[in-house]
Amino acid sequence: MAYEIIDEIKREEITIEDVVQSTFENINKTEHKLHSFVNLYRTEALEKAKKLDNKLKNNEPVGDLYGLPLGVKDLICIKNKPVTCASNILEGFKPPYNATVITKLIEKSDGICIGSTNMDEFAMGSSTENSCYGETYNPWNLSCVPGGSSGGSGASVSGGQVLAALGSDTGGSIRCPASYCGVTGLKPTYGRVSRYGLIAYANSLDQIGPLTKCVYDAALLMELMAGFDEKDSTSVNLSVENYTKDLKNSIEGRKIGIPLEFFEKGLDKSVKTKVNDGIKILENLGAESVEMSFPHLEYTIPTYYLIAMSEASSNLARYDGLRYGKGPSDLSGDIFDVFSRTRGEQFGKEVRKRIIMGTYALSAGYYDMFYMKALKARTLIKNDFKKAFERCDVIVSPTMPTTAFKVGELIDDPLKMYLMDILTCPVNLAGLPAISIPCGFDNKDLPIGFQIIGNYFEEKTILNFGFELEQKLDIYKRSPPVIGGK
Amino acid sequence: MIIVTSHDNIIIGLEIHVQLTKLKTKLFCSCSSKYRGAEPNTYVCPICIGLPGSLPVLNEKAVEFAMKLAIALGCKINKSMYFFRKNYFYPDLPKGFQITQYNKAGGKAFGDGGKVIIKKKSGKKEILLNRIHIEEDPGRLVHKGSIVSSPYTLVDYNRSGVCLIEIVTEPVINSPEEAREFLNQLKSIIQYCGIADLDLEGSVRVDANISIKGHARSEIKNINSFKEVQRALKWEIRRQKNFIKRNKLLKQETRHWDDSRRVTVGLRSKEFEKDYRYFPEQDLVPIELKKSYIEKIKNYLPEMPNARMKRFQNQYGLSEFDSEILVMDKDIADFYEEAVNSEKDFESKEYKLLCNWLKGDISRWLNLQNKKITDTDLTPIQVVNLVKLIEEGRITGKIAKSVIGDMMLGTPIKKILKQQGKKRIADEEKLSSICKKVIQENSEIIKDYKTNPRALEALIGKCMKETHGQADPKITRKLLLEYIEK
Repeated sequence: MAYEIIDEIKREEITIEDVVQSTFENINKTEHKLHSFVNLYRTEALEKAKKLDNKLKNNEPVGDLYGLPLGVKDLICIKNKPVTCASNILEGFKPPYNATVITKLIEKSDGICIGSTNMDEFAMGSSTENSCYGETYNPWNLSCVPGGSSGGSGASVSGGQVLAALGSDTGGSIRCPASYCGVTGLKPTYGRVSRYGLIAYANSLDQIGPLTKCVYDAALLMELMAGFDEKDSTSVNLSVENYTKDLKNSIEGRKIGIPLEFFEKGLDKSVKTKVNDGIKILENLGAESVEMSFPHLEYTIPTYYLIAMSEASSNLARYDGLRYGKGPSDLSGDIFDVFSRTRGEQFGKEVRKRIIMGTYALSAGYYDMFYMKALKARTLIKNDFKKAFERCDVIVSPTMPTTAFKVGELIDDPLKMYLMDILTCPVNLAGLPAISIPCGFDNKDLPIGFQIIGNYFEEKTILNFGFELEQKLDIYKRSPPVIGGK
Repeated sequence: MIIVTSHDNIIIGLEIHVQLTKLKTKLFCSCSSKYRGAEPNTYVCPICIGLPGSLPVLNEKAVEFAMKLAIALGCKINKSMYFFRKNYFYPDLPKGFQITQYNKAGGKAFGDGGKVIIKKKSGKKEILLNRIHIEEDPGRLVHKGSIVSSPYTLVDYNRSGVCLIEIVTEPVINSPEEAREFLNQLKSIIQYCGIADLDLEGSVRVDANISIKGHARSEIKNINSFKEVQRALKWEIRRQKNFIKRNKLLKQETRHWDDSRRVTVGLRSKEFEKDYRYFPEQDLVPIELKKSYIEKIKNYLPEMPNARMKRFQNQYGLSEFDSEILVMDKDIADFYEEAVNSEKDFESKEYKLLCNWLKGDISRWLNLQNKKITDTDLTPIQVVNLVKLIEEGRITGKIAKSVIGDMMLGTPIKKILKQQGKKRIADEEKLSSICKKVIQENSEIIKDYKTNPRALEALIGKCMKETHGQADPKITRKLLLEYIEK
C-alpha cells in the first residue's frame, strides 16, 4: 500500500531511489502486456528520487507523499511534459504550467510522477480502446479491457506498476476502470478538487480523483489534492477534512440507501450477488438499509450524453492546429479548410462523432429540444438524489452492471457501450462524490466494483463506509494474474 | 444623386463595443490589458490564449466598471451575472468560443434597457437601449499592407481577453446626425464613469443596423471610430435610397465599412443566420449582484454630464449652450472648475470669459493638434492669469490669442509676454504717431469712411498690425476718430 511505502521511506528502511528503481523494474516486466503508460519519465523520476532522499538526510521537512511514485492520466498538465489526451491533435504539446493537483501532490507533497497513463481519447470512452496509442489491457485478463476512460491509471495500479494514479471522471471514468481492474477509485464532489490544468471533456461534469490499491491511500491522496483553488472558479471554498482520520468511525446505525432501479435491468447475476453480499456486510456492521426509488434513472444516459457531447463540442473547438499540437498537414485552401482538415484528420472517430452530435444538439432550432431538455432532466436526477439523501447517509449500487468485457467486443455497438455508464453517470450529473471498491469476482475471476455514493462534500462518509467494507472483505490485496496472482 | 430630405423613414440601431481601457488587467486573467504598442504575443498567458486545461477567473474590477456604466445609463441590473459561450471558429479566437452574455436560451445580459438623452434642434430625444453586457475581446489579425495583397496573416493575441462592454440600442435612431450625437453623449458618459479612454486606437467598434422603412436592412460591420459611424451611415442611406429609386430589391446583408475608400462593401449574403450555438459557460459560477453592492457603486459614481450641466448653469451663470459644451469633455470641465475655483474674486463675468477661452481658442488648438487638455502642460492657473491680465487691461485680446500656443506648451503667460515684449500700448503720445502714420498711408480708406463709417475698423486693424496687436483698441479708436474728424 502507498501509505506503507511512505512510512518505510520515512523510517529510512528503504530509499526513494530504490522505490523508483523497483517501480520501473515492475513496469518493465508488465508494460508490454498492459500498455498502461503513454510516457515514462525514468530519468527525471530517478533524479527527483535522489534529491528527495537528501531531504531526509539533511533533516529537512518532507511532504506527505514523500517519494511515492504516481501515474498521471494523460490529460492532466505537467509543466514542460507532453500531454496529449491520447489524441494525435495534441502531439508535441507541452503545457507551460502545472495543474493544481500536480502542484499539490508532486511539488508540495513530494510525490514523484513516473509517467502519464493511457486513456480514451479526450476521456471519451469506457474501455481505453479509443486511444491514439492503442489499447490498454486488463491485468486480470489480458484479453479484456481495463475500463475507461482512465484505463491506464486503473491497469497500472492493479498491475502493480504504481500504488497510486490520478484519473478523471466525467461519467464514470475513474470508477469504471477501478471496478474492472479491482482497485479503489474515488470521484470527488464537483468543486472539491481544482480542475485547473485538467484538459476538459465536459467541464460541468469533470473531476480529478485518485485510483489506489486501498481506501486508506485514496483518503490520503484526497486529503492532499482537495480544496479551494482561486484558479478554478467552480472549486468550492470549504475546508478539507482529515479523511484518513475518520476512516475507522463506526457505521452503526447509519443508513444505506438502496435505489431499486440501480439493481434492475442489464445487471450480471454475479455482480448483483456480490454487491448484495457487500450490503449484508455493511448491515452486519450495524448499518441499516433503506430501499428507495430513483424514478429518473432511465433518463440518465441520454441526459448525460447530451450534456457531455454539447460541452465537448465547445471545449474541443480550440484544437484547430494553429497554436499548438501537431499542426496542419496541408495548408491548401482558406483557413477554414485548414481547420477542418486538421480536425478531421487528427481527432479519432469517437471524438469526431461526439463533437458532431454535440454541435447538433446546441444548434439553433434543436437547442430547446435537446440541450435545454437535458438540463431539465439533470435537475430531475439531482432531485432524486436530494430526496434519497433525506433518508440515508450513503447510496450503494454496483459500479458497473457487468465485469470487464473483451477488447473489441463492444467497439461496434456504441449504444451498449454507452449503457455501461448508467450507474456511474447519474452521480456526475448531480455532482456528488462516489467511490468504487472491489467487492468480489465473477466466475471468470474478473473483479466486481461496489459503488458508494455520498451527499455533497461527504467524501469522509463514503471513505468511511468503503474502508469498513474493504477491511471486512479483505480482498483488496489480491494480485491479478499478470503479476503472478491467482 | 438622391438628397436625403426626410429622416423619418430611416431606422438605425447600433451595437457599440467599447474596451474598458482603464482596467489594468484582462477580463479573465491577470495579463496586463495595456497592450498597445507592445511586441506581439507578449501580453499573453495560458488563459487568454486558451491553452488546454486553463480556466477563466472573472476580473472583479471589470464587474464594478460594468455596474458603473449600467447605473449611469439607467439600465435595470439583473440579480446575477453569468456568462455564455458564443461558438465560432476564427484564427483570432483561441478557444473557439468567446465568453460573453446572451439574452436568449436561458441567458441574460447583466443590464437591460437604459437610455441616453440627445439634443436635437427640435428639442431632446431619448435613445432607448436594449441591453448592455460584458464579453472578452478576441485577438487581432495583422496583415502586411492591405488585407487583399498581404501574402500572409499574422495573429497577435495581446488583445485577446481584454474586457469589452457591448451596448445595444433599440432601433430608434432616425439619422446619421442623431447617431453621431448619441455616440458623443455615450462617450461623455463613459468618460465620466472613468472606465475607458475611447480616444485610444481600437478601443471602439461599432456595428450599425440600418434600413429604410419597408425595406430590408443591412448590418454594417467594422466601423472603428465614432466619427466614422456618421460617415458610414450617410453612405449606406444613399446606397439604399439609390437602390429603391431604381426599383431594385434590397436584400438583408452584412456589409463592411471600408474606411480608406469610405464606402460599404457587401460581404457574402446572409442566406441563413450564423449559428453561434450559445450555451452557458460552466467554468464561471454566477456572480450575485447584491443591492448593497450596487448601492455602494452608485454612491461612488461621479456626477454625470447632465447633472453637471445644470449645476454649471446655476453655479456659474453659464448658458445652457455653454455649459453643455464645457461638460461634454470631462477633462475640460474639470479644468474649468479648477480654474474658476482657484480665484475667489471671480464672478459671473470672469466665469463667462474663462468659458469662452476654453471652448474657443484652447479647444481649437487642442482639436488642431489632436490632443487632450490633460496631454498639455497648460495649467488652470495660467488661464486664470490670462483672464486677469485682460481684465486689468494689461494685454489685449489679440495679444492673448497670439500667446495661447506657447501657453499650451507650458510656458507661463507672464514669461511669454516678457520675452516677446508684448504689452498693451496705452501711451497716447505713442499711439498718436501710429494713428497719424496709418491715416497718411491710407487715404483711400479715409475717403471710404465718409460714406461708410465701418471703414474705421480697417484702420484700427492697420494700427494693430503696426503694433503687433499691442495697441489698446479703445484708445486707438478714440484717437483715429479725433484725427479723421480734424
